Amino acid sequence: MIIAVASGKGGTGKTTVAVSLALAIPSGSTTFLDCDVEAPNAHLYLEPKFTLHKDVGLPIPEVDEQLCTACGRCAEVCQYHAILVLAGKVLVFPELCHGCGSCTLNCPEDAIREVPDVLGKLEAGPAANGINFARGMLNVAEPMAVPVIRQLKNWQPFPDSALVIRDVPPGTSCPVVESILGADFVLLVTEPTPFGLHDLRLAAQLVRDLDLPAGVIVNRDGIGDSQVDEFCCEAGLPVLMRIPMERRIAESLARGQPLVESSPEYLPRFQELYARIQSLIEANGKEVQLAQIELVS
Amino acid sequence: MNNGTKQLVVLSGKGGTGKTCVTAALAHLASKDNPPVSLVLADADVDAANLELLIKPRILESQDFRGGQVAVIDEDNCQGCGVCAAVCRFEALHANNGTYRVDPIACDGCAACVTQCPEDAISMHEQIVGRWFRSESRYGPLFHAALRPAQDNSGKLVTLVKQHARLLAMDEGRQLALVDGPPGIGCPVISAASGADLALIVAEPSRAGVHDMRRVLSTTAHFGVPSLVCINKADINPEGTIEIETYCMQHGIPLAGRIPFDTGVIEAMVQGEPVTVYRPESPASRALHAVWVRVSDELQETPA
Repeated sequence: MIIAVASGKGGTGKTTVAVSLALAIPSGSTTFLDCDVEAPNAHLYLEPKFTLHKDVGLPIPEVDEQLCTACGRCAEVCQYHAILVLAGKVLVFPELCHGCGSCTLNCPEDAIREVPDVLGKLEAGPAANGINFARGMLNVAEPMAVPVIRQLKNWQPFPDSALVIRDVPPGTSCPVVESILGADFVLLVTEPTPFGLHDLRLAAQLVRDLDLPAGVIVNRDGIGDSQVDEFCCEAGLPVLMRIPMERRIAESLARGQPLVESSPEYLPRFQELYARIQSLIEANGKEVQLAQIELVS
Repeated sequence: MNNGTKQLVVLSGKGGTGKTCVTAALAHLASKDNPPVSLVLADADVDAANLELLIKPRILESQDFRGGQVAVIDEDNCQGCGVCAAVCRFEALHANNGTYRVDPIACDGCAACVTQCPEDAISMHEQIVGRWFRSESRYGPLFHAALRPAQDNSGKLVTLVKQHARLLAMDEGRQLALVDGPPGIGCPVISAASGADLALIVAEPSRAGVHDMRRVLSTTAHFGVPSLVCINKADINPEGTIEIETYCMQHGIPLAGRIPFDTGVIEAMVQGEPVTVYRPESPASRALHAVWVRVSDELQETPA
């Protein structure tokens, strides 16, 4: 079973929830993937010992000048403007290349071969509570997060786990979609504020587009207003847990202490949450089908 | 502030550290400065654009944003040979009752399948993936956008929103283009930071906040954008605040101030106002005032 923890708005507590869920499930059965490759943080709480490392590369074209006739076909087929043919020379711009291979396929002289361009790295190892932890890390100044996330998902450094938890980056665009695709359930973490509501609507729309069952966790409950609750009710999104706003919790989290450690009373609550998610998935998502209302105005 | 239009981008690395609340407060403080600073605003967080919730703009113009293209298969001509699926590196093509179908969410728009289909049954189609808006607000014109969920090309939309803001600022001789940036360090952040004269990093003194602040500072340094740091919710973890200040000192990064944890910020958000408007005497508002003074000094010093 794969549970993706997502949010729309940043800083609502995705990592807090994902880490606590992983720590609450009995040891030896959980894989944790930190898919927020731009700003990965789960390692700060789960303290993995990385024993496996792997570079993430994107295959970018390298032109054999002996064979190249500068016909320009590669530049013509490239949709990303990553190849330019100028004065009989082929110029490649690796930062624009998506590694699709179309230039290689279409070169009439077979003059292009692909070489990996390193974008980031994958790391894996054992973490607290017997968790198998893996993360991706996008190199600074590299724009493309999606290939790192895709390769993290396909990397299988561990034996199969009964449960995979994915910590998803904020937002609703391509890196988020890549992190959610293939999941069985999406936990949407929000806060009861106008920003939280605005971005929850977008995230709910995304989950509906992907046709996945989902539930909501309201973090910092008690601040803001009641509009998130009204929305969840209207959209048929079950609120699976509430974590109240408490300065004590915020302070422990800031120091790097997971919620279930600073407040052990949350352990059984996360175990119940897991059971609830299992039953929601078994119900074939029927119970959690989003009502057909307009989510995004 | 003199010497042409300056561009200030607000970034954070980690999401939810308070970028938008800080941006809205700076817009307010700049516009009531003595003399007032003339502004153009841009919301470069096109995934989750929240600045409009605090400054309540009136939309003057809105246009479709056409993003990349996706492949579409003409099922009448498809012979089901599967060459398209074999060449696709994005797992976007799937067999379906003897023909193939494109998953538009997975499709990256590379068109490799189009070039390889022996039946010429695949073509590329442009998609409308969002809208962008030109609005007016009490602090000046605002350019913002809404990317549809699950869409690609957010960097391109960020660039478009920013370009419009910059051109208008130059046309009207406005002094400051204030850009509310997205979280992270990837494509939309690079688009938001490019061409900026100064980046204000809103950092949170949590372990995660410190970690991600370093990543975004490395990014701005790589692109040669001078940065300064303000610490939000500074009193929630005093050790973290010291860690940020030490890091900044060691790396020659100026500090723009400490903003204390203040429930007035959320109350203001619920009312749809910058905190400096709704609770002008609250601890956060006083601190933001000092941040603006520091940022505005720093902007004066950046070369024209």
